[in-house]
Amino acid sequence: MFDLDLWREIFQSINKNRLRTILSGFTVVFAIMLFTILFGIANGLQNTFAEAFADDANNSIFVQSGETTKAYKGLQAGRRIQFENKDFNYIKDDNGDKIEFITARIYKNVTATFRNEQNNYNVRAVHPDHQYLENTLVTQGRFINQRDLDEETKVVVIGRLVEEDLFLKTLALGKYINLSGIQYKIVGVFEDVGGDNEERLIYMPVTTAQRVYGNNEYIDQINLTYNPEMDFDQAIAFSNSLEKKLKERFSIAALDQRGIRVRNMAEASKNVNQMMTVLGIIVFIIGMGTLIAGIVGISNIMIFIVKERTKEIGIRKALGAQPKSIVSMILIESVLITAIAGYIGLLIGTGVLKAVGPSLKQYFITNPSVSTSLVISATIALVFAGTLAGYLPAKKASKIKPIVALRNE
Amino acid sequence: MLKISQLHKSYPIGDSSLHVLKGIDLSVDNGEMVAIMGSSGSGKSTLLNIIGMLDEADSGDYILDGLPIKDLTEKKAAVYRNKFLGFIFQSFNLINYKNALENVALPLYYQGLKRKERQEKAKFHLEKVGLLDWAHHLPSELSGGQKQRVAIARALAANPKLLLADEPTGALDTTISYEIMEFLQQLNDEGKTILIVTHEEDIAAMCKRIVRLRDGVIMEDKKVNQVRAGQHV
Repeated sequence: MFDLDLWREIFQSINKNRLRTILSGFTVVFAIMLFTILFGIANGLQNTFAEAFADDANNSIFVQSGETTKAYKGLQAGRRIQFENKDFNYIKDDNGDKIEFITARIYKNVTATFRNEQNNYNVRAVHPDHQYLENTLVTQGRFINQRDLDEETKVVVIGRLVEEDLFLKTLALGKYINLSGIQYKIVGVFEDVGGDNEERLIYMPVTTAQRVYGNNEYIDQINLTYNPEMDFDQAIAFSNSLEKKLKERFSIAALDQRGIRVRNMAEASKNVNQMMTVLGIIVFIIGMGTLIAGIVGISNIMIFIVKERTKEIGIRKALGAQPKSIVSMILIESVLITAIAGYIGLLIGTGVLKAVGPSLKQYFITNPSVSTSLVISATIALVFAGTLAGYLPAKKASKIKPIVALRNE
Repeated sequence: MLKISQLHKSYPIGDSSLHVLKGIDLSVDNGEMVAIMGSSGSGKSTLLNIIGMLDEADSGDYILDGLPIKDLTEKKAAVYRNKFLGFIFQSFNLINYKNALENVALPLYYQGLKRKERQEKAKFHLEKVGLLDWAHHLPSELSGGQKQRVAIARALAANPKLLLADEPTGALDTTISYEIMEFLQQLNDEGKTILIVTHEEDIAAMCKRIVRLRDGVIMEDKKVNQVRAGQHV
């Protein structure tokens, strides 16, 4: 089917009518460029959300306590609720399979010293499961383990930036660090994708913190992840029942918003998922719309071209051109213009994304780009679009009667 | 060469129809040079279009070179036109973005010839009409007479059995008209059969036979003593 002469004819026709060709290609360039940029930005938004949720496991539930705001069962408002180890064990034992990971958290602020370097850091005293709840990546050594908890050992796992701040160029692992006057052995160093603050943290066993800071069994917060086999609705039901049970346990009014708060990431995840789906649909519709506008534009201009070339087509027919050759002439011209224009649009679009992409970070757009597979399917769609755009005009051209065409002055 | 009998053609105009050709009988032998004359509306162009397979008759027979021409599909008509007929138009009908050589080579392209062969043949015919030096000029760079000569070269390129000329001198002044006629006479001398539609008596007088049409019928069909165009130039 490859006919060099046919191509020569088409290139001659395109070349001799450059302005016309450029104009007809312009709509497609614009449509594809818009489509690419929109798609890239949507991808960028998706990346931002993916990154935001990468820090915490997205099936997390946070249980926090505060002061009651409502009087209940003879107890006055303003009562401070304090979790203890027995509450942690209650949640853990009561829910069994429904919980994937669970950890307590105690927050402390310490002054850390190593040789001449000194700085203030937040300490989180946790259970070993905490590592999975926060997506903590231990790069050297290990995380807190059960033995640390059982034996209340004075060990810590420090963030990458703590190591950088205090240990300068030397290795922190295995060394002793002074936290507000007490020496702890560093058993691990971690990284966290959650940002710099997450890497300026120090983890220690929850039991050690309880022993050292007050010799009690207090817990500030309990974090857990629900069994990932639960869907969003089951997860939300689970956290609701958990909240209800805890409020009963501490004699807090059901409507009290402050005494105990159970925050379920599933709710946010569900909303974000829905939003991303809607965003995807919107982008798809807008993209398709621009693409269709481009196709209609090409089709329109091809019809105009056929009209303009009516006489030429008549001459060709009088000289013996068969309908088939007229159809392929118009069709291939249309496909060629569409494909080349579309490709230019794609290049401009990806170029724009590359150029302005990094500066869009502050608008919640991270690394906006289009994938190779999208580029390939777009190219196929373009050839298809060109065929579609050229078909009607080509059919129309092939039906032109030479006698009518030749009369057309 | 060409035999037409009882040819009828009418065009619908609104609810009624206009009967343009009312039973034409005409036969043309090989090597003839025939002028078809008549005032406008006499049906002469319609007759030429039917002969040129650009239009189809309602009834009647048309035999071209022993081949009955009827029930043509578009494809078949294209093949026959390409093989049998060369067209020369009043308005030249050259393709404006192709140069003289490319215009002449176009029917050869539709014959499926190779590019090199097309170029050679086209050059040969351009030389014949004396325009080889103008081969790479666009039609817009040529004078009317030159354009018509390119058109003649194009009509000749496919080596047709019959040349059909529709008012070939209609857009040209007298001197150039006679030049073109001299050239057509020369082609006829070499044996080409030529049909010319014209309404100019002096052009008709340069043919060997004049067929006069009026209101869709042949009024007169006579052989004439050919006036040589060369005498006037």
